[in-house]
Amino acid sequence: MSEKFRADFYQNFIEDDRWKYIVNGLGNTIKITLFAVLLGIALGFLVAIIRSTFEKTGKLKLLNLLCRVYLTVIRGTPVLIQLLLIYFVVFGSVRIDKSLVAILAFGINSGAYVAEIFRSGIMSIDNGQFEAGRSLGFNYTQTMLYIIMPQAFKNVLPALGNEFIVLLKETSVAGYIAIQDLTKGADIIRSRTYSAFMPLMAAAVIYLVMVMIFTYFVQRLERRLRSSDH
Amino acid sequence: MKKQVIALLTAAMLAGAMAGCGSGGADATTAAADTTAAETTTAGDTTAADTKAEAEDEAETTAAAAGGEGKVLVMATNAEFPPYEYHDGGDIVGIDVEVAEAIAGKLGMTLEVEDIAFDSIIPELESGKADIGVAGMTVNEDRLKNVDFTDPYTTASQVIIVKEDSEIAGPDDLKGKYIGVQLGTTGDIYASDYEADGSTIERYNKGFEAVQAMQQGKIDAVVIDQEPAKVFVSQNEGIKILDEALTVEEYAIAVKKGNTELLDQVNGALAELKESGELQAIIDKYISAE
Repeated sequence: MSEKFRADFYQNFIEDDRWKYIVNGLGNTIKITLFAVLLGIALGFLVAIIRSTFEKTGKLKLLNLLCRVYLTVIRGTPVLIQLLLIYFVVFGSVRIDKSLVAILAFGINSGAYVAEIFRSGIMSIDNGQFEAGRSLGFNYTQTMLYIIMPQAFKNVLPALGNEFIVLLKETSVAGYIAIQDLTKGADIIRSRTYSAFMPLMAAAVIYLVMVMIFTYFVQRLERRLRSSDH
Repeated sequence: MKKQVIALLTAAMLAGAMAGCGSGGADATTAAADTTAAETTTAGDTTAADTKAEAEDEAETTAAAAGGEGKVLVMATNAEFPPYEYHDGGDIVGIDVEVAEAIAGKLGMTLEVEDIAFDSIIPELESGKADIGVAGMTVNEDRLKNVDFTDPYTTASQVIIVKEDSEIAGPDDLKGKYIGVQLGTTGDIYASDYEADGSTIERYNKGFEAVQAMQQGKIDAVVIDQEPAKVFVSQNEGIKILDEALTVEEYAIAVKKGNTELLDQVNGALAELKESGELQAIIDKYISAE
């Protein structure tokens, strides 16, 4: 039995240096996720500010409308279709780094969800906090920055962590535009060795470990932020 | 620490659940096919005792169902590969489908076509969910480790498609270029040899996506089987097939390893079809003789 296990392991990972597909794929997955997260945060933050400013003050009407269209379209269509559209239609006739396409697609997609997460955090802070800020002489931006945001961020951290876990795993569809990510790496091995167990399990375990590490750090951050509660 | 333990337990339970749900039957999707393959391997090298028992039970039942008793011959294919197999309206048609139908007719069985991902066809055969794999498959050593092949029913070559104004004139010019292929196909395997020469292989899920990417200038060439290549070239402006093919090889039907009974039956039927000229007629119907 263990003999067969070893033979399978050899065939799937050692022979022809197949482990390289997994390692290179992992590198691409991390790269895409990392930059997509950054883009998502930037976009989401911007949209959330515009939306909550509109809701609190009634300003930025046009921008708010644009943001709502963005949210509706992005959240209303599958990320895979967005990815294919960006690759085959938006960049229809240019040779472009595919990782960039994936970062754009996943970042824009994630931004929509992050925006609503941030907005829920901002709206969850009692209006009294806002009024207190203003009566202390802070202007709107200062109130937002120094009073609302720090409290809001603490509230949305779990949801934000959730979104990034989803994003990390969602990048597994990047293979559709022939990016060699972790899932595609496993797929390539599978297409060579015709055994499903080893390569898919390896990919699954790697995703799991990444999520566990990430969760650990989010929990630490949460604990640290909570220390100001008392 | 506690969380880690819970995570591991969850993983173990998931594995168990996967092994339990393998009875997808005829309408098995790709996902189901993959699951089954995972389960078969688990049964082979086993760690969890009941997972193994379950998987073995399953293997027995499916094997019994596939063993000729039932009048259904399940054919696994990937219908993205014209003119061998492709969707036409609601049906899957093509050379392979008609050949398989003719074989099923000879054996007195009815054919059932299952459309799954190309790289799931062999796991599907191994798990007994399908009886024959007919998908323009080339016989090669890696595949022979996992399945048995019948006598070849046709020959095909891996050709290179490029844009009409391309500087690539033959296989040697592929070095250092961006080459598009369909993941897991023979073209993928052969083109991957060029990775050592500095070429980048882009593995698309579908052949036409590779062609589309080439037309958009994202890659330099596509390596794919000759017949689908002809279809792609006839349907798209500005691309051509290079005269010099990358390789020439034979297509055969795959059956589960060790199922010599079915193998002999299919070989017998194939021989009859070759003799009567039916096989050639089917091929000619889809590929206009040049």
